[in-house]
Amino acid sequence: MQSELKVLFGRRRTWALLLALAAIPILIAVAVRLSSGVPSGRGPAFLDRITQNGLFVAFTAMLVSVPLFLPLTVGVVAGDTIAGEASMGTLRYLLVAPAGRVRLLLVKYAAALAFCVVAPLTVALAGAAIGAALFPVGPVTLLSGDVIQPPEAAVRMLLIAAYMAVSLAGLSAIGLFLSTLTVVPVGAMAATVVISVVSQIADQLPQLEWLHPWLFSHYWLGFGDMLRQPVLWDSFGSNALLQAGYIAVFGALAYARFTTKDVLS
Amino acid sequence: MNPDAPGAQSASSVSYGLTIETHGLTKRFGRQVAVDGVDLAVPPGSVFGFLGPNGSGKTTTIRMLLGLASASAGTVNLLGMEMPGRFHEVLPRVGALVEGPAFYPFLSGVANLHRLDAATRHTVPATRRARVDRALDQVGLAHAANKRVHAYSLGMKQRLGIANALLSHRDLLVLDEPTNGLDPQGTREVRHLVRSLAQNGTTVFVSSHLLAEVDQMCTHAAIMSAGKLAAQGSLAELRRAGSARARLLTPDAAQARKVLAGLGLNCETGDVQPGGETLLAALAPAAGASSARIDGSPTARSGEILAEDIVAQLVAAGVRVRGFAVERESLEDRFVALTGEGFDVAQ
Repeated sequence: MQSELKVLFGRRRTWALLLALAAIPILIAVAVRLSSGVPSGRGPAFLDRITQNGLFVAFTAMLVSVPLFLPLTVGVVAGDTIAGEASMGTLRYLLVAPAGRVRLLLVKYAAALAFCVVAPLTVALAGAAIGAALFPVGPVTLLSGDVIQPPEAAVRMLLIAAYMAVSLAGLSAIGLFLSTLTVVPVGAMAATVVISVVSQIADQLPQLEWLHPWLFSHYWLGFGDMLRQPVLWDSFGSNALLQAGYIAVFGALAYARFTTKDVLS
Repeated sequence: MNPDAPGAQSASSVSYGLTIETHGLTKRFGRQVAVDGVDLAVPPGSVFGFLGPNGSGKTTTIRMLLGLASASAGTVNLLGMEMPGRFHEVLPRVGALVEGPAFYPFLSGVANLHRLDAATRHTVPATRRARVDRALDQVGLAHAANKRVHAYSLGMKQRLGIANALLSHRDLLVLDEPTNGLDPQGTREVRHLVRSLAQNGTTVFVSSHLLAEVDQMCTHAAIMSAGKLAAQGSLAELRRAGSARARLLTPDAAQARKVLAGLGLNCETGDVQPGGETLLAALAPAAGASSARIDGSPTARSGEILAEDIVAQLVAAGVRVRGFAVERESLEDRFVALTGEGFDVAQ
């Protein structure tokens, strides 16, 4: 496990992904700083508040990165788990070591989850840092109208990052399963990202309303509840339950597939 | 290696205590049969050459031995335990190089070995550093240990792959084409390494398509052809199974032919040389003749004709013998006889 994390986070590609994520808030902050001010009510939510309070850079960036950037990076990491090892040929040596197939699968998923935790944190921290550097930092007005001080706002930020990490857990399980199907990591990565996009589109179609509560992306944007006083835990709970369901289903599929698979690469 | 060394008994005489034992091992991919009813018997302590042309099912067999691929039919026993059911007991005692080395190109050689060693719970982390260094030393890679594998040549990767197989004490080494991509010096080193490992009691199972290599380092061999096991046994047994023939140089060809025919031996005419005509006698006794065969060894078994008896008969009949040699089939002849000639990759 330790070795798996070392490989994942020792890898330049992982750092490139995290840097790309960190670039989002930086881009937003710099753009806002250089422009003469954002007319309120336009652009992503919170954007107009940035000039008054730098912490909103982090909130804006997290909101912006949820639909595509976070699923993209998670898709890359999760899709690479097994297929990446298979394409390098190292999978056979891990299995002959012997790592044990179930254990390998669990370790790989745990590493993907670790990335799910680190990725939103990166956005949040980079956003807070650049926001504090370019704009004043002050009390934050919540969606419920209450005002909280910056230290508590930081806690809320971590809560949102946690919410996102949970949100991405189901997608990681899908990526893990897809990764056991192929020896071409790019295929598994792309399929994972496509599925996340399709799920979000389906979530927008009113004709598919019966399906919405079952889509893993259904609660992705529900983290606004973390910005209320008191915190509304309903969506956090439903989201966690839904993601757990996805983990169970796709984890079982990955298990069934990987434990019977012939490793021929 | 001495094929008669203790622990290296003839494969056919032992039905238990084999290091590798398969029965009816079969692998089908769709309608294609890649491995067809293979019964391998690898005695402990042997250096076992696994020969076959490209595409004859060697690597697929090795994958099934190691539990990477499941068998369509048949059983595998490694070190007396059933595979893949008891892989967690078997595989820690097995070092393997399967279908070429494979590493994380973005990690150094040392880091790669550390990772593969850490991949299993059966190794002791405390001794990891020492074991990795020793394995790298054994394959002569210590100087490049901290370079990224990305910058390694094929031969260096091959050495690193062998180092990986040597990380822990192994009772069995499975090496698939271990000298692939190695320079002649590296090939020699691998041979030495394999011999010294075998002397320490490790059974080595080496697949190869290079006969010379098997000839030089193995005590036993099996020959695969189109997914089937064409032959196996000690090298001496394999060679003996091949037929021998006598090459006779004489100016009295007609007379010699008569004598040989009288012995029940077939005769071919070879090239004419200044010293007379060359006769190639008796790949096998003539059809219908007794089971007589030429034997170059000093003791003949019943029904065999001693080389010196042939010469005596020839001389007695007044044939001037200017040259006489018994040519035993080389392993290569045997290999070609069993697997077919030509460059066609087996289907």
